Parts: sequence; C-alpha cells; structure tokens
Amino acid sequence: MSDAAVHTGAHGHAHHPALQHHFDTMQQQKEAGVLGMWLFLLTEILFFGGLFMAYTLYRIWYYDAFVAGSLELDLFWGTLNTAVLIGSSLTMALAVRAAQTSNRNLTMAMIIATMVLGTVFLGVKVIEYEHKFAVGLIPGPGFVWHGNEALGRNVQLFFSLYFTMTGLHALHMIIGLGIMTVILWMTWKGRFDAEYYAPVEMTGLYWHFVDIVWIYLFPLLYLVERHN
Amino acid sequence: MAGPSPWATHLSHAGPCSLAALRTAWLRYPNLLRRYLFSTDHKVIGLQYAFTSLFFLLVGFSLAVLIRWQQAYAGQPLPLLTLLVGEVNAPGGIMLPEFYNQLGAMHGTIMVFLGVVPLAVGAFGNYLVPLQIGAPDMAFPRLNLASYWFYAAGGVVMLASFFVPGGAAMSGWTSYPPLADFAPQGQTWWLAGMLLLVLSSLLGAVNFITTIVQLRAPGMTWFRLPFFVWTQLITSFLLLLAFPALQAAAILQGMDRLAGTSFFLPSGLMVGGQAVDVAGGGSALLWQHLFWFLAHPEVYVLVLPAMGIVAEIIANNSRKPVFGYRLMVYSIFVLGFLSFTVWAHHMYLTGMGTTISAIFQATTMIISIPSVIVLSALVLSLHGGSIRFNTPMLFALAFLPMFGIGGLTGLPLGLAATDIPLHDTNYVVGHFHYLVAPGTIFALFAGIYHWFPKITGRMMNETLGRLHFAGSLVTMNLIFFPMLMQGMAGVNRRLWDGGAIYQHAEPVLYLNVPMAHAAFGLALVQVFFIVNLFMSLKGGRRVTANPWEATTLEWAAPTPPRAHGNFDELPRVYRGPYEYSVPGMDVDFLPQHVPDAKAGA
Repeated sequence: MSDAAVHTGAHGHAHHPALQHHFDTMQQQKEAGVLGMWLFLLTEILFFGGLFMAYTLYRIWYYDAFVAGSLELDLFWGTLNTAVLIGSSLTMALAVRAAQTSNRNLTMAMIIATMVLGTVFLGVKVIEYEHKFAVGLIPGPGFVWHGNEALGRNVQLFFSLYFTMTGLHALHMIIGLGIMTVILWMTWKGRFDAEYYAPVEMTGLYWHFVDIVWIYLFPLLYLVERHN
Repeated sequence: MAGPSPWATHLSHAGPCSLAALRTAWLRYPNLLRRYLFSTDHKVIGLQYAFTSLFFLLVGFSLAVLIRWQQAYAGQPLPLLTLLVGEVNAPGGIMLPEFYNQLGAMHGTIMVFLGVVPLAVGAFGNYLVPLQIGAPDMAFPRLNLASYWFYAAGGVVMLASFFVPGGAAMSGWTSYPPLADFAPQGQTWWLAGMLLLVLSSLLGAVNFITTIVQLRAPGMTWFRLPFFVWTQLITSFLLLLAFPALQAAAILQGMDRLAGTSFFLPSGLMVGGQAVDVAGGGSALLWQHLFWFLAHPEVYVLVLPAMGIVAEIIANNSRKPVFGYRLMVYSIFVLGFLSFTVWAHHMYLTGMGTTISAIFQATTMIISIPSVIVLSALVLSLHGGSIRFNTPMLFALAFLPMFGIGGLTGLPLGLAATDIPLHDTNYVVGHFHYLVAPGTIFALFAGIYHWFPKITGRMMNETLGRLHFAGSLVTMNLIFFPMLMQGMAGVNRRLWDGGAIYQHAEPVLYLNVPMAHAAFGLALVQVFFIVNLFMSLKGGRRVTANPWEATTLEWAAPTPPRAHGNFDELPRVYRGPYEYSVPGMDVDFLPQHVPDAKAGA
C-alpha cells in the first residue's frame, strides 16, 4: 500500500514494470545497479589481489622452481583457452548490445554463444587438470617430480598456486554460467527492452572481469620463461 | 571430543527436518514469515541484525566470563562447569587447556565478527542510514536480506564448531599458522564461517555505499549528511577493501589443511619433536600480512560507527551543533585511508626488519592525529552546551575518556621499542578492550537507548538504564585496568593458568581474583539492560515521533517508520544536520526537513 502511495504520489504516470518502488527513475535504478556492480568487482580485485600477493612472494623466492613448473603446463591448451575466453567476451558484449537494441533473438543467441565458449574453456581445463593428475603433479603427499631434485619442493608450491588460482577462476566461470542461465531465461520471457537491460549489462561486467583475471593468470602461470 | 559427538548426529538430522518445518510454516503463515524473517525492508533486517548480534554478544561475553573464572581459579574444580560445557571439556569441573584455548579464540571471533560489527553496521547502519538520508529503503533490498542470512549462516557454523570432534578453533582469533594449519577440524569450520561472514559484510558494504550515493533525499547534499552516515560510508569502504584479503587468506589456509599444500608451512617444520611430512617452502608471515591487512582496518570498522553514534547523541543532548563538523568528516577520510597503511605494526616481533618497522611506526603515529581530532571535536562539542544527562548521553560521555584511555595505551604498542616487551601480554588485551568494550560497546548501548523510542514508540526505563550504565562503567574498569598492570609486569595473554608458572607474574597474579569478581558483576549488571529492553517493548512510556527534539531525518518519519517506504511523504532537506540552539528561534532545534526558519517554532 505504501508502494502505491509512493508511486502515484510522486508521479502521475505509469512506470516501467521493472522499476522498484524505492527508485525515482529507470535511469537512477540503473546507475545504482552499475555502481553496486563495480563496487562488487572491486572486492573481487582485492580478493584475487591476495592470491597474486602470495604468487608474487613465492615467485621472487623460488624463481627457478616457477620456471620449471611453468614449463610443465601445456602452452597449446593455455593459448587456446585464452582465445576462447576473449571470444566469449566479444559475444557477451554483443549480447549486451543486442539487449540495448531490444533484439531478443540476437541477445539469446549471443548469450548461448558465450555459454558455449565458457563451457569449452572449462572442458579444456578438465583436460589439463586430468593430465596433471595422471603425471602426479598434484600438491600433497603423492606429488611426483622427475626434474631437478632440489627444485621439487618449490615446484609443488607453484602447482599449489596453479590449482588454487585457476580453480577459483573456474569457480567464478561456473557461477557466471549459472547467472547466464537465469539471464537467458529472463530474455526468453521478454523481460528486457531498450529501457531495461541492466541485468544483461551486469552479467557482462562480471564476465569481462572473469576474463581479465585469466588475462593475468595466463602469462603468470604459463609464460614464466618461454622466450627461448 | 572422543568419537562422533551426539551433537553431530543431532545437527545432521536437524537440517532437513527444520527445512521441512520451514516449508510447512511458509505455507501456513506466509505473511508472518515474509514480514519478520524474509522481509526486504531495511528496518526489519536491521532489527534481525540487532537481535542476532546482541545474542552473539551475550555468547561471546559468557566465554569471557569463563576465561576470567579460569584465570582466577585455575585448576580448581567447579562442578557447574561440567554441566555447562560437558565432561569432555571440563572433566570433574576442571577446565582443560584445550578448551581454554577455544574460549580465547572464539571469544575474539564472536565478539568482533558476530557481535560488534553486525550490531554497529548491520543493525544501526541498516536501520538508520536510509532514514537519515531520507530514502525509502536500501538500494538493493534483496541483497540486504541475503547479507543477513549469510551472516546468520556464518554464526551457525561458528557455534556448531564447538560440537565437532576436537572442538572449536583454538589458535587465537588471529589463526596464525603453522599452529592453525595443524589444529583440529574446528579450525576448518572457523575458516568456512569466516568466508560466510566476509561475504555478508561485502554485500552489506556494496549496498551501503550505493544507497548513500544514490538515494539521498532532495537537498541532502554531502555536507548536510549526519556524521553517523559519514562514518557508515567510510566503514563500508573499509569493509569493501579490507575483507577480501581474508577471503583469499582463508582459502589458502583451507588448502593447507585440506589439500596438502604448504602456503603457510615453512621447510623443516617440527611439531611435537617430529618432523612434519609436508612439502614446506611456504611462509607463515604471509598469513600475518594478509590477516592484518584485513584486521587493522577492521579495528576502525569497530570504532567509526561508534564515533558516529556518539556524535549524534552528543549534539542532540548538548543542544549544540557538533564542533568542527567538516573537520571531523575530513579526519575520518584520512583515518580510513591511513588504516590501510598501518597493519604491520601488529608484527614488530616477527623480525620483518627495522626499515619496514620504521615505516609502519611512522604511519601508526600519523594515524593517531585524525583520531585525536575527532575525539577532541566531540569533547569540544560539549563546551557551552546545556547538557541533558539521560542514559544515552551518559554512555556517550563515558565513551570519550574510555576511548581516550584505549587510544593512549595504544601509542606504546605502535612503537617497536616499546611494543617488543609488551607484545602478547595482557597490556595489549587491556588496550584494545578499552577501545572496544567501554568504547565501542558503550556507544552501541548509547545508540540503543537513544533510538529505541523511534523504533518502538516507547522510552526505555531511565532508572534501569542508569544502573546499567554505572555498573558497567565501574566493573569494566575493574576488569581492564588491572590487565594493563599485569601486562606491564610481563604476564602473557594466552596462559591457561593465568601465568602462575612464571615467577615474574607472581606480584600481579592476585589481580585475577578481583577481575573475575568484576566480570561476574558485569554479567549481573547486564540483567538491568535485558530486563529494560524487553520490559520497555510493552510497558515503556509512550512518546511522540520526536521525543528528543532532534533535527535529523529519522525523527521526521512516523514512529515506528512506515513498513516499506519509511516516510509518509519523502522529505526534502533544507539545512545541515545539527541546527540546535539557533539564535533568535523560539525553540532550540531546527529539523533538516522543515522548510523555513519560523516553521520550526
């Protein structure tokens, strides 16, 4: 009842169905959402920042071991995944654009394309993880290292970081795929138009962030010393 | 605990059962649940936070009372104890050292993360910020609800950890590795609980900042914001930027404990005379850096909202504008920024090196300047006022000297030369308890007495309030001041027997007995508060919408404020927050929402 009071009291005309009662305009609602999303991404940067801090420390301490560990990673799969993820950012951006222009079918197609590329990335990750399991490059008591004996212990630390950081990155992607499923459903239901497409845009921001994290992870893990 | 605890099986059954019960209840009483448990109204969520955090304050305080008893009467049987905490933790009424360690770790964790922060930010912030800026709700009401339930889940995980084999976390509230890496599984529960609590705080912070930026009423310019709103804004930024570091650290420690990594385990580690079979190569110091990067700004998360509450109450009850409002705002900006540059002053003893120590000593000395400015401004606000000595004002006034003692005793800890002998002694405990207990918690009590009439439309009982105030002030000082003395004598803060095995502790050990009695007294005095709180809900004197004759917008809303929307008509703001005793006026207050000067009369 107070909802109604606020709505009709403050303005005489009808509202967009997606406008929540505590915002005056769609514009204000969108700005609040975008600000909130950027603040959330700030926390994410600091979260990964803690992990990068650990990475930096151990890379400085054990550079040789990081080189040896990095050479064990498969450059082909890593590069492929980088391309796949950048491609998925493109399709995500196109999805946001399509939502802006109220093109429902194109929005859905682009979201599906993004989800497919995301799934491909995770599939490649599974192949890589499986290979590491097979050759015993898993931190813990079962760790197997055939290279330089003296480096073995610290190579283990490299792989601890590799699995933690790529694992948390993959978790973010899985969450992203979950969100996109919801957004896809909302698009299909025709919830979005040129005036209201904020959820698609937020999803885009999140997806690009996850992409950027990988842009840092890839050289830090795969390319420690590949120049020769 | 030996074998699976009966609680574990009980809990595993409780899950699905209570879910089913919840579903039935949802179908039967949908309106009640939606109104009181799953409401998205910021006021309901604020009250949920308030009651939950008050409950946890009581739990955390009870643990502290057990600690004080143990310190005073170490090794003496107390049959009641077995009844309270079980045969495993206190066989024959004698508390085991393992359980004592759990008390220490969980007292700190519960008080900070489940008690004070949720009360100061979750409860006061949620209830008051939208009202004080003239908004109908928080920017993201559903996120707000999620934030509360993540907090509640974190609390349940923390409490449940007492009943898992080996008991709760016992490596101190700081969870330093390598110790914490080898602690029983309660530590893993602690990490999981912290992840939930951090998530809750982050969602809350996102919501507060967006709300304050986007939803201020027309005319509510930045420098017309009540000081309390400013403190909540800066606090939110601290939460936002500091807490993720602990998320990362908690995940790394969890990997160490569960996945066999060695992020925090150095090479050549010996536990109990045995070499540990881990890869090693890690750094225990890394944890300390990540932890204190969170935990030092956290100190200001505890302090800033308290300053905000005290400023509101002092302005209102001295019938004067606060002294140097802009200066106070600038000061807390500086405070917030600098709080990210002082964390390693907790680590002088780790051998970081003198250069690093020198840098952190310098920043630590600098950060005391804005704190002193705020405190001085609050004291100066009293000058020339016509002060009303009601219960909230008494608590707010006591905050000033108590916080002052806490701050001044902190200076020797900020300098490496004096910190090294004092580190990890009871002096440190005395220092931060002065800041948080008669400091922040007094401010929170002041806030409860002050805003209770807005929430309920009734006053709390003044006599009971004064008894609660006087009793708490005396007993808290009797507990914390001797800690400073013991600490200067070199008594370590984590000893099960209170230091009896050390000769140098001998001359100050007798203090443990009066401290314990004061702690029991403090517990008794809280009965005045609890009785007052529940009695006044039904039987308090009825009051109008603005009983304190205050100027800020929450008093412009009806009492209690409207569900979903707060105000009858959204207010427009015409002036700053503290227009008290304006010369030439008939009344001594001019509310922010009243259009022309005469209308206030």
